[in-house]
Amino acid sequence: MEEKQPQKIEDKLFTIKYKTDNQSHLIPDMSKCLQCLDKTCTIICPANVYSYNNEEKKLTVSYEKCLECGACRIACKHIDWIYPKSGKGVQFKNG
Amino acid sequence: MSNEKENNKVDVIVVGGGPAGVSAAVTVARGGKKVVLVERGSFAGSKNMYGGVIYSHAAKELFPDFENSAPIERFVTKHSYVLLSDGGSTTEISYKNPEHNKNAFVSIRAKWDRWCVEQAIKEGVYFAPDTLVRELIVEDGKVVGIKTEFEDYYADIVIIADGVNSLLAKQLGLRKEIKPKNVVLGVKEVIKLSAEVIEQRLALKPDEGISAEFIGGPFSGMFGLGFLYTNKDSLSLGLGVSLEDLKTKKIKPYELLEQLKSHPFVKELIKGGELIEYSAHLIPEGGYKCLPVLYTNGAMVAGDAAMLVNNVHFEGTNFAMLSGKYAGETALDAIEKNDFSSNQLCLYKKKLLNSFILKDLKTYKDVVKILTARSSSFMGYYPDRINEFFNIFTTADGCPKKSKFRKFVANFFKKRSLSELFYDAIEGIKLVFGILK
Repeated sequence: MEEKQPQKIEDKLFTIKYKTDNQSHLIPDMSKCLQCLDKTCTIICPANVYSYNNEEKKLTVSYEKCLECGACRIACKHIDWIYPKSGKGVQFKNG
Repeated sequence: MSNEKENNKVDVIVVGGGPAGVSAAVTVARGGKKVVLVERGSFAGSKNMYGGVIYSHAAKELFPDFENSAPIERFVTKHSYVLLSDGGSTTEISYKNPEHNKNAFVSIRAKWDRWCVEQAIKEGVYFAPDTLVRELIVEDGKVVGIKTEFEDYYADIVIIADGVNSLLAKQLGLRKEIKPKNVVLGVKEVIKLSAEVIEQRLALKPDEGISAEFIGGPFSGMFGLGFLYTNKDSLSLGLGVSLEDLKTKKIKPYELLEQLKSHPFVKELIKGGELIEYSAHLIPEGGYKCLPVLYTNGAMVAGDAAMLVNNVHFEGTNFAMLSGKYAGETALDAIEKNDFSSNQLCLYKKKLLNSFILKDLKTYKDVVKILTARSSSFMGYYPDRINEFFNIFTTADGCPKKSKFRKFVANFFKKRSLSELFYDAIEGIKLVFGILK
């Protein structure tokens, strides 16, 4: 029963169909991440696209998981946010 | 005009194949004008997600015979408001009126939006899927066309229905950046269960459906709600929470959804079901005070792109469909007069002002501000107290009731300071008077 209703976000994302673009449509200005205390993008993103490695001081952007909701572009002013190319990206079947 | 421009020119281009866009396009086509509907996804609805309700009045206005062939999951025959408490108890208020049974229905956007576009194509709309509009072409202060990744296309009027993030309205300077407090992030899980199990658990007859809202519990103190809608053989369970609250309270949206799913009331409903799709989308909830400029020379903005959502009644798809229709009608009128200036297109705003859309948004113009400011009370403290009251009221344990009620009343004032209660009352009165005035 547990597997039928996965709790981990990575497993939830497995239920979604994507047509992955070959380049990222999310381009954060990484020079701003160092001064950013909250790293809000790593919290509010419903697809856990952003993760921050404290040791390497580096933000990883897994754009291929993006649901194109736009929450990050509203929560952070330093993300250059565009849509994936025509026909690419998420493809909801039950939205 | 150059040859390329001449060959790639139509009367109207509509950007976005959602409810607003398709309504605009079909309205223009019905007026006998040439219209192209452009969609960035591979099919209409593939980028779209919502809670789950389409309103029949709007559907009927666009497609009078929709009931015969549209992909309807279930009509909403029962409305429930469920107050959750942290302790696991619930107070449920349900409303059922057999005469209202066809007022609204649940549909899946990948099916509904697609069906609408199929109807529009039959009526002469030229549909261009897999086509992303990167920017609008503006010449001499007038929108004259669109730049796609392939070619440029021209039109007398462009109707912008590119959704909540509307990068195109932003390009024109028609809207400011949305603030996190004026937008709600929705996340949803569609959970498969057999029709029989759904009907048995929610006390529904075949074809009957429910729309339920969850208040308090995991959303305690936040500007947010949970929702549940019934599909034929699945449940749409999700939540909408202000981005500001997720940001300041540092809560991950999918973890909040897990909290909702683990509440005993919800857990029982989804038991044994299988997750078939997880999704997320933004809802523009700033209301009347945050509306963008709705038109400019050669362009109009409709639906979510124009931030037309009534968050008190969860109306959005109907606003989208009718604003699209009004934009289409305005375009036809402008073509007739061969005037595409903002002076002429202001007719669109007049139509919106005369309709329930802007009237309702005006009625509720202060609601978001008050509810977000007092969310800890209206969305947390009071739902908890109501559950506590019913706990006392319904428990027979051989103890006299008077002392329990006295304790309840004493706690009511002890757990929340008098000044807070006073402000709650003031804001509550303002809320009611703001709506009625």
